[in-house]
Amino acid sequence: MSEPLSLSRAARWIDKGLLGPVWLGTVKAAVFVLCLWPLARLAYAGLFDPLALGANPAETIIRSLGDWTIRFLLIGLAISPLRSWAGINHLIAFRRMLGLFAFAYACAHLLAYLAFDRLFQWGEIVQDVIKRPFIAVGFIAFCLLLPLAVTSTRGWVLRLGGARWALLHRLVYPIAFLGVLHDWWLVKRDLTWPLIYAVIVALEMLARVRPVKSFLKQHSPFQQNIAGR
Amino acid sequence: MTQFRIAPPDLPHIPASEITPKEVFLNRRQWLAGAGALTTAAGLLPQPAEAAQVIVPLAAKANPQFKPSDAPTDKKLATTYNNYYEFGTSKSAPANEAASLTVRPWSIEVTGEVAKPRRIDLEELMRLPLEERIYRFRCVEAWSMVVPWIGFEFRHLAALVEPTGKARFVRFTSVARKEEMSGLRTAVPVLDWPYTEGLRLDEAMNPLTLMSVGMYGETLPNQNGAPVRLVVPWKYGFKSAKSIVKIEFLEQQPVSSWTKSAMHEYGFYSNVNPMVDHPRWSQKRERLLPSLFASRETELFNGYTEQVAGLYSGMDLKANF
Repeated sequence: MSEPLSLSRAARWIDKGLLGPVWLGTVKAAVFVLCLWPLARLAYAGLFDPLALGANPAETIIRSLGDWTIRFLLIGLAISPLRSWAGINHLIAFRRMLGLFAFAYACAHLLAYLAFDRLFQWGEIVQDVIKRPFIAVGFIAFCLLLPLAVTSTRGWVLRLGGARWALLHRLVYPIAFLGVLHDWWLVKRDLTWPLIYAVIVALEMLARVRPVKSFLKQHSPFQQNIAGR
Repeated sequence: MTQFRIAPPDLPHIPASEITPKEVFLNRRQWLAGAGALTTAAGLLPQPAEAAQVIVPLAAKANPQFKPSDAPTDKKLATTYNNYYEFGTSKSAPANEAASLTVRPWSIEVTGEVAKPRRIDLEELMRLPLEERIYRFRCVEAWSMVVPWIGFEFRHLAALVEPTGKARFVRFTSVARKEEMSGLRTAVPVLDWPYTEGLRLDEAMNPLTLMSVGMYGETLPNQNGAPVRLVVPWKYGFKSAKSIVKIEFLEQQPVSSWTKSAMHEYGFYSNVNPMVDHPRWSQKRERLLPSLFASRETELFNGYTEQVAGLYSGMDLKANF
């Protein structure tokens, strides 16, 4: 048995078995709980063990929620390329959930900033958006996320029509770019993570370019059985 | 190996028996290296004080005049969350990296417009009248702490060198040792090293201006500016230069490292002032760590108006930010 063939089998096992009709619901529930984990950890520390969050718990909470927003966006953006490259079609079942988790963490991130840093002083918040480009960028990214979250339901897909819905949801590309920029422009900070995020976004965008996409698909070690047909 | 200890500073007004070092923590590798040196060359060992962190109890009478209404910040927080860019730009870097700095022996070169320029050893500085003062500490990044410093008034140090009539400013220079300070080894320097800060002479001579050699009843941890640092409680924290090796009395106003890096953001005075915003954020309120909410109203001169307002009478504090 050759190596590529076993990879193909693994991919098919994931697609038809793990993500097949019997197990998909369970796996989705498990992923859902997993996605809640970072939030649960922060909430627990905030309520019962504030010293675990360091000298500046608010900063730790806000940054962690922001980091997870970007991570969920990037994981969500990996689904389509992974699906086509590895031939695991049922990965699509997680895309909306991941997108909505990105939105939920973005809401929590924004709320924590508004409450802890700005005490809901709206005048100051407007000043902050104007004076600090990285806040403006984050704010724009959040505003762009709103219509995507609203139209994430099946009803809205039907109402808009598949093509228009897909076009609208391409907004996720600029959102991811602005999200990484927001992180990058946070002054006085180590650039390691923003750089990692930027590279991942770049690769995810590259994998969507049509020639790259078909090249990846044709040379995929997961799809040796269908390659060259 | 258990006898490896560091002699406490010589303090004449406290019996030596009362300042037995009870806690000495070191970077583990250096501790092991030091212990190795002890066993292999016991007789030749010059000074055990070459070790990194020198944290020993330091007794000093509390000055009741300086006791803010807020309780002192937890020691662990004050010693693990701060800025000391010579060890990296994150708040945790100083506590993680600073053990590599050698803080004994130490001396400060005091020069410039003074009658008696000279190098003053740490031991001599420690004999100046030490006292404990609990000061509010306000960072320019809009967070604050309450810290029990131990130190002496800067003017006592000035008296040792006798500034001449020409002296109008004071420049403080921090230590900059590439081999011991990881933040100095970045490809692009974060600031124009060595770190320098400046005060007007009358600001420096104000009784509030402290040269600190300890905090929380002990000598300073390296990350907080061991072995001797400046503390100017009515100015933003970056004015309080750490690990000072040089003090110059000058005729001309010096330009600090932060001013050089962003002159429209960090002015010479940098007095705490809720009415003068940083160009990129408001200074109206602050977060008294570790509270979640940035709800403490920032006070003019960090609440020390009574002591320092006279220094700036008639001055436009917005223009002279």
